[in-house]
Amino acid sequence: MDINYTPEESAFRDEVRAFLNDKLPADISRKVKEHKRLGKEDTVRWQKILNEQGWLALHWPKEHGGTGWSPIQKHIFEEECAEAGAPTVLPFGVNMVAPVIIKFGTQEQKDYYLPRILRSDDWWCQGYSEPGAGSDLASLKTRAVREGDHYIVNGQKTWTTLGQHANMIFCLVRTDPDAKKQEGISFLLIDMEKSEGITVRPLITLDGEHEVNEVFFDNVKVPVENLVGEENKGWTCAKYLLTFERTGIAGVGSSKAALAHLKQVAREQQVNGKPLIEEPHFRARLADVEMELMSLEMTNLRTVAAAEAGGVPGAESSFLKIMGTELRQEITDLFRRAAGPHALPFLPEELEGDFEGPYVGPEFAASVASRYFNFRKLSIFGGSNEIQKNIISKMILGL
Amino acid sequence: MDFKLSDEQRMLEETVGRLVRDTYTFDARNKILESEQGFSTDMWNQFAELGLLGVPFSEEAGGFNGGGPELMVVAEGFGRGLVVEPYLATVVLSGVLIDKLGDDAQKEQWLAAIIGGETRFALAAYEPRGRYDHTVVETSAKKDGDGYVISGEKAVVLHGDSADQLVVIARTGGDADARDGLSAFIVDANADGVTRKGYATIDGLHAAEITLSNVKVGGDALLGEEGKAIDALEATLDLGLITLCAEAAGAMEVACDQTLEYIKERQQFGVPIGKFQALQHRMVEMRMELEKVRSITMLAACSLDAPADLRKKRISAAKAQVGKSGRKVAEEAIQLFGGMGMMEETPVSHYAKRIVMIDHWFGDREYHLGILETLIDVDDHAA
Repeated sequence: MDINYTPEESAFRDEVRAFLNDKLPADISRKVKEHKRLGKEDTVRWQKILNEQGWLALHWPKEHGGTGWSPIQKHIFEEECAEAGAPTVLPFGVNMVAPVIIKFGTQEQKDYYLPRILRSDDWWCQGYSEPGAGSDLASLKTRAVREGDHYIVNGQKTWTTLGQHANMIFCLVRTDPDAKKQEGISFLLIDMEKSEGITVRPLITLDGEHEVNEVFFDNVKVPVENLVGEENKGWTCAKYLLTFERTGIAGVGSSKAALAHLKQVAREQQVNGKPLIEEPHFRARLADVEMELMSLEMTNLRTVAAAEAGGVPGAESSFLKIMGTELRQEITDLFRRAAGPHALPFLPEELEGDFEGPYVGPEFAASVASRYFNFRKLSIFGGSNEIQKNIISKMILGL
Repeated sequence: MDFKLSDEQRMLEETVGRLVRDTYTFDARNKILESEQGFSTDMWNQFAELGLLGVPFSEEAGGFNGGGPELMVVAEGFGRGLVVEPYLATVVLSGVLIDKLGDDAQKEQWLAAIIGGETRFALAAYEPRGRYDHTVVETSAKKDGDGYVISGEKAVVLHGDSADQLVVIARTGGDADARDGLSAFIVDANADGVTRKGYATIDGLHAAEITLSNVKVGGDALLGEEGKAIDALEATLDLGLITLCAEAAGAMEVACDQTLEYIKERQQFGVPIGKFQALQHRMVEMRMELEKVRSITMLAACSLDAPADLRKKRISAAKAQVGKSGRKVAEEAIQLFGGMGMMEETPVSHYAKRIVMIDHWFGDREYHLGILETLIDVDDHAA
């Protein structure tokens, strides 16, 4: 047992650092570090840079253009990216639909979609949740009826993250309403640009942001070759995708970067002439977060290292989802407290990348309250933390 | 980065595991608890025969040459059986300090006696006024010819009641809470002037309040250089903390397993109570806390060679996590067992007591978070 990085792993870290130092555009990392809004263009530009380096598809097999990295290397990469202020890669294409296509897709689907995903030609979004199907995803009602060489799709999806930018959506649809609920579901790829009958409506979240949408399908014609896997076997794809959705779910890299930023803020903020970081209550909470983060990081490394042979962690990743999201939420709570009364002013224009000031309060304070509220989503999405506990309860504890 | 145990570490784990499984049953342990000295000499001799008393010492001294991970493996096994023998007091806290500070003659004499199981030690470091702070030492050692005269009071000395020899931390210089001026002495526990008030602790161990009044020792009782014991003392206490954290991890694992088994069996409203989601989620949280403790204990155990600040930061973080997570696991175990969790006859209650009270040995959660606070700027990038 040795938890220290090997010389090879340290050399890899240096290589990643040099790459980020060299290739991560300064205007993008500034927006990430200062929690400004990122546009579609920012994400796409960064993904293209990553792809040029061959570092976009972390989890794919090498023959399809993946990195072939070990879990420890992936951890180092994510940590360095977060520290450098690199934007999050849009997960829906490269980390969600792509693994499903690789595992269950036809050769034609692989040949067509995978290179497009690597080149960021398509902006994918996820059509899973529905108004009546949240945690109980398998109760989804969006209907697809086979008519000749097409499916006709009717229904509604919701919580479609960044769907306003998307030209492609992967959907779970019901193809057999008479089967048991998990058995009548299929996995369909739908072109949002070329299809008639799709309407995307913004949903404004409690922080005033437009991040999620609802998507309506009104007699949308989808070619049958857009079915992935067998008809009525979509639930297998859905579950497989969820395991990928949970890789990196611990968010150790972003928590580390956020904690470092929080400490810096707490050193600069003054309380009655003394740095906030010396205020005993604040400092005690900071130390507690630091401790929890050390525990989380080691748990994450243990889990990914154990999964090295199998590719992705199993139900153990549910522990990481709960621990990781609770910690990230705790850090946003501390940021809110660090801002003090200046957490209150709500000026969305201060979050634009080209806002030049003056800020009402300290610059960091502009985003803290809205981010705190935005991050409540972490314990809800990707399978709520209560669902994760159900999974652990069943799969690990056998209850 | 490698989380797997080496072959030697696995062998050690199996050795301790087999011993605890086969001989350290709940009933056997209860008999040991009832005995006057509070531990089993037979068991101690078995530890010696199996080589366990030499784990942290060099091969030249007759030991196993083990480091943090090896002690972790042993202590986890002990934690699973709630072993009460004075391993931490003798081997880790006293033996390692002698190994770090002693000259060849001292090491030859005392380490051989420890490894062979003939002599048991206790570390008399903490004092009533200092609570968990080992630098607050008012016990004085004054030069007296070739030797010293030691006077002072030591509080809650782990296994101080049964020890044959004590390692006493006394002040040979400096103010009452100065880091400089601390020296370590080997003192016969039955020497003139040593008064011990021994007692059982609520977590199944034994300890003593020890008064030293004008205890005369020779010059050869001093370990290392006069007044310069602090670094070795802290490195030794850190190893003791790793041992305690690992013991907590082992005990927490069993508390979780026993609770899980119980809620699968116990029927109410016509179903096993483990079918109720309110209990399932609590059980999941217990396991999550256990994983945290396992993880951070590994981090601490592998950090002995890190720079002192980073080592202390990680070890204090681990002990603080044990305090926080241990309390949760222990309280939830009792709660999920319901009335049975309140019973002395239910093994889990003994685990709960040990897990909670580990927080009171060598610094609790608040104490170690306080240390972590002072080290908040130490870069933790190594892992």
